[in-house]
Amino acid sequence: MAVIRSIVRRELRSYFATPLAFVFIVIFLALSGLFTFYLGGFYERGQADLTPFFNFHPWLYLFLVPAIAMRLWAEERKSGSIELLITLPVTLWQAVLGKFLAAWLFIAVALALTFPIWITVNYLGEPDNGVIVAAYIGSLLMAGGFLAIGSCISAANKNQVVAFILTVVVCFLFMLAGFPLVLDFFSGWLPGPLLDAVASLSFLTHYAAISKGVLELRDVLYFLLVIGTWLFATTIVLDLKKAD
Amino acid sequence: MDNTRAPHSPVKELTMIAAEGLVKTFGSRTAVDGISFTVRPGEVLGFLGPNGAGKTTTMRMLAGFVTPTAGHAEICGFSIEEQPVAAKQRLGYLPEGAPAYGEMTPRDFLQFIGDVRGLSSGDFQRLLANVVERLQLGAVLHQPIETLSKGFRRRVGLAQAILHDPPVMILDEPTDGLDPNQKHEVRELIQAMAPGKVIVISTHILEEVDAVCTRAIIIADGRIVADEKPAALIHRSRFHNAVTLRLERSADLLAVASDLRGLGEVRQVEVDEKGFTVTAFPVDGVHILTIIGKLADERRWPVEQIHLEAGRLDEVFRSITTGNSVAGAP
Repeated sequence: MAVIRSIVRRELRSYFATPLAFVFIVIFLALSGLFTFYLGGFYERGQADLTPFFNFHPWLYLFLVPAIAMRLWAEERKSGSIELLITLPVTLWQAVLGKFLAAWLFIAVALALTFPIWITVNYLGEPDNGVIVAAYIGSLLMAGGFLAIGSCISAANKNQVVAFILTVVVCFLFMLAGFPLVLDFFSGWLPGPLLDAVASLSFLTHYAAISKGVLELRDVLYFLLVIGTWLFATTIVLDLKKAD
Repeated sequence: MDNTRAPHSPVKELTMIAAEGLVKTFGSRTAVDGISFTVRPGEVLGFLGPNGAGKTTTMRMLAGFVTPTAGHAEICGFSIEEQPVAAKQRLGYLPEGAPAYGEMTPRDFLQFIGDVRGLSSGDFQRLLANVVERLQLGAVLHQPIETLSKGFRRRVGLAQAILHDPPVMILDEPTDGLDPNQKHEVRELIQAMAPGKVIVISTHILEEVDAVCTRAIIIADGRIVADEKPAALIHRSRFHNAVTLRLERSADLLAVASDLRGLGEVRQVEVDEKGFTVTAFPVDGVHILTIIGKLADERRWPVEQIHLEAGRLDEVFRSITTGNSVAGAP
């Protein structure tokens, strides 16, 4: 545990030692505001809730989370520091989990900094704050899912740009797995139950349930399982390719 | 997790590094082809070999970064594959090129290493002060590593490897990029650390082997081609015990050479017309310095310098790694 904590601390420090943290947070806040007020019609709807705010999170994450995730391992690989990290008395799990948690925590900080909009909506009306808390949790879980996918793809690539693009594509597929865009591809040849299985992998479906305030164990478990599976895949990829 | 204590078997304690039949192939290329050796406390082992011979890959297998295709390695009796954490706790490793986290300062970087290695804050302060002093990092302790010169970066990498005072150190080119003074200091540091420990260094600077190593392993094409004390290695040189005369410009080199050839103890004579030197190679095991000295005196050769060759490591290295015979006749 102490090992994971020192890795998390080191990673977080490195985010803030470079312009990365600042740029990410500013852009995240600016875009989430822009989407909420202009595309979401926050005022025009005349409802005291944050639905327009949370509705755009999947799309925001689709591009911003891979930007964080792409450097997780690709950068270590490029600079050679991966050799240092792996030859320290650290298990692969500790390294993978430590780096993931640091990135997740960082996104959590960015997400927490959207609190003014929560204050605003409370000032303007009387929203159901339980729904808002649930939606924040759902949003963070979804970000974790994107991040875990990105971690695995980053571990397989030395090139950050390649890692970024692949992560965006895979995240996009996972996000829309329950929608015709993806399902049509499978519906011709995949048997019904498997098709349902693909559809049930959709990030959006699970996120939509949570962000409506229905914090069901099923959906939470789904995201945790996605995170766990992709992180496990990260350790396998690293073990196979660590020195390449 | 395997935080097992060191095994108490005295036999195991004695071999601090054991490599057994290490093989690594990358696709169809065999980088390391069956390397076995053991290292005991107090030994400073020099890894020599041409670039691409498999030195770095071997060290990476010992440190647990590269998984061997076949064979296995142990650090202090712990298998690097089966009990990696226990093995790595006892190991200090400087990877090739001394990678570090560039945006960190040496102080923060070493703090991170100390934290991961589970050093208490008191121990860390003491050990930090020690490496900072030994590697003279005081002046740059708070500058980002990426802004430091190559020499400092190398020393930060060394500091990271020796911070926890490990019983086994594997250092891949520890003096690369250092100036002559710094090289000298690092060699002294290695010698000071050596008693009771095991240090493996790789280098392609041959004097370094002579200066710090108690044993040298030469690797070529992924195989061990020589494993000896540096002195024994030098003795394999055809120059070992040869006598070189440097003559004045006025001298008749060919006459000198033919006189030398006349001596029964001299097997062969080589003339270097550019350097104005004549080298006489003795018949095996015969000392010819005094004989030649006497002859030079009698014949009144205009000798500037006469010296007995110890042997030339670079020549041994070249002939071993290019596959020519060394010990036999030229």
